[in-house]
Amino acid sequence: MIRIDELEFRYGEGEFSLRVPSLDVKDGSATACIGPSGSGKTTLLNLIAGIIAPQRGSIYTNDVEVSALSDEERRSFRIKTVGLVFQEFELLDYLTVLDNILLPYRINPALKLASSVRERAGSLAEQMGIGDKLGRHPGKLSQGERQRVAVCRAVLPEPVLLLTDEPTGNLDPANKGLVLDIILEYARENAATLMTVTHDHDLLARFDSVIDIKDFGVIGEAAGGEER
Amino acid sequence: MKQTLYLAWRYLAYHKVKTIILVFSITLIVYLPIGLRVLVDQSSQQLTARAEATPLIVGAKGSPLELVLNTLYFRSDYPELMRYEQATRISSSQLATAIPMYVRFNAQGHPIVGTSFEYFEYRGLQVVAGRQLGILGECVVGSRVADALDIGPGDFVISSPESVFDLAGVYPLRMRVAGVLGFSDTADDDAIFVDVRTTWIIQGLGHGHQDLTRPEAAAAVLTRDSSNVVGNAAVVQYNEITEDNIDSFHFHGDVSGNPLTAVVALPPDQRASALLQGRYQGDDEVAQIARPVTVMNELLATILTVQGFVTAGAVIVGIATLATAALVFMLSLRLRRREIETLFKIGGSRMSVASVMASEIVAVLLAGAVLAGGLTFLTSQFGSAVIRAFIRM
Repeated sequence: MIRIDELEFRYGEGEFSLRVPSLDVKDGSATACIGPSGSGKTTLLNLIAGIIAPQRGSIYTNDVEVSALSDEERRSFRIKTVGLVFQEFELLDYLTVLDNILLPYRINPALKLASSVRERAGSLAEQMGIGDKLGRHPGKLSQGERQRVAVCRAVLPEPVLLLTDEPTGNLDPANKGLVLDIILEYARENAATLMTVTHDHDLLARFDSVIDIKDFGVIGEAAGGEER
Repeated sequence: MKQTLYLAWRYLAYHKVKTIILVFSITLIVYLPIGLRVLVDQSSQQLTARAEATPLIVGAKGSPLELVLNTLYFRSDYPELMRYEQATRISSSQLATAIPMYVRFNAQGHPIVGTSFEYFEYRGLQVVAGRQLGILGECVVGSRVADALDIGPGDFVISSPESVFDLAGVYPLRMRVAGVLGFSDTADDDAIFVDVRTTWIIQGLGHGHQDLTRPEAAAAVLTRDSSNVVGNAAVVQYNEITEDNIDSFHFHGDVSGNPLTAVVALPPDQRASALLQGRYQGDDEVAQIARPVTVMNELLATILTVQGFVTAGAVIVGIATLATAALVFMLSLRLRRREIETLFKIGGSRMSVASVMASEIVAVLLAGAVLAGGLTFLTSQFGSAVIRAFIRM
């Protein structure tokens, strides 16, 4: 689960600051995070993932106080626990689809790139309908296919916390549904906690809960939460 | 480490053009000064080796460099000419063996070297096909001449006129190839050797024609008295010396006045060498004596000075290129900031990410250095051949 108490974060000396008095996200739940642009949704994901650390307050993820860890410890925590999907996919154009999916294993010495991992990457790609594109470079793929590659990369290390930052933001309606299906299905099958930043209010019904970062309150239980 | 190298390799392979340009730049930076150094060292050895084996050269007063280059390498415009009597003068002094050299004419792009038998013995040149010079008008050719012209014993080479516009000039002489010399890896391989008197015939100082005293030559006689016969334009001039017509070849005037470009002097010891050199120090002396080693060392000093400038230029260009390469890398890192952030976010440590970037730079530098090493090796192996080819051009 994710628990936040009296969190305060500010970028350098800038005016932007994020304050979260209290937040609890249940284990295995799917939560959507909404709010206007620049309100701090991505910052909140980065804080939970341990990419950045708050100036005040505490963040607990899976009973680990992430906010108290050193940079190196947060990195180690991230490798073992968190899977990240970005709005802009953030695929490396010089790597093939397979190498992009395997990237966490290539860049982290802590993750061993065994043949079983390669096989799993292949079957994940098959499941996501990009099994025939493993040898291609991202520049040759459609937007939907790229996001599916990014999802494969995020879930390959089997994280217990999946943080996705507007994963459907750049996709057409057909691909939006498909990508969200894949993410929700992974979270359900692996009992992983999912937190998704989104602008798309049409998708909110598919989440267990929705957080509006503007006033920082849980604004309601999703009616279709059981769908996930 | 394997994964780091793999990611670096994928990046470089994907951005081929950028990688090739960077590697090529590094190669040039490394190779230019080193390759130049190797080339200059080889040139120095090439130039000095033959000079060191040639104790003294006597020639007409003028440029010593031109005299030495012409005598040793059969290169450059021929120097001021001197009289054959200078060779006799050295021989009669008994201070040195005199080898006459007359290097003025060409045949089919190769220098004709008029000399004596002593030259072959002195340079250690052996005939590997055919035989040595037998009669006037024959030649022996260097191995590269034989290869280039595809000729051997029994074939012919024809001397080239000095000027095609000189209608009154000397007719080309057709020379029979008596033999081919073994490969010596020197300028001798590119030369056509003849007896010095043959070169005088090429110049027109000696000639052969039909015997005007014989009845069948009556049509070619202009005037005749008891002591003299004057031929007209119908007289048949020979342009090839054969056993049949060799007796008709003759020189008009005193042979001691015939020209030479140089005399190679081989003194038996230091004392004879010093005495001989002393004889050419007078102000009224018409000839000069040159020590090829000294002349070539002066030339090398000039070359080394030039090399210094070239090296300095290469270093400046190298620094500028390195600065540009560094800028390319830095700009590349800025352009890749999002990629680097992504690598951090998905768990890459600063060390891992820095290792990938550093591996790319090291790979480019290494590839450039290896290529430069290869080029330097090739230069050391084939540089001298290239220099010789360049000299022959």
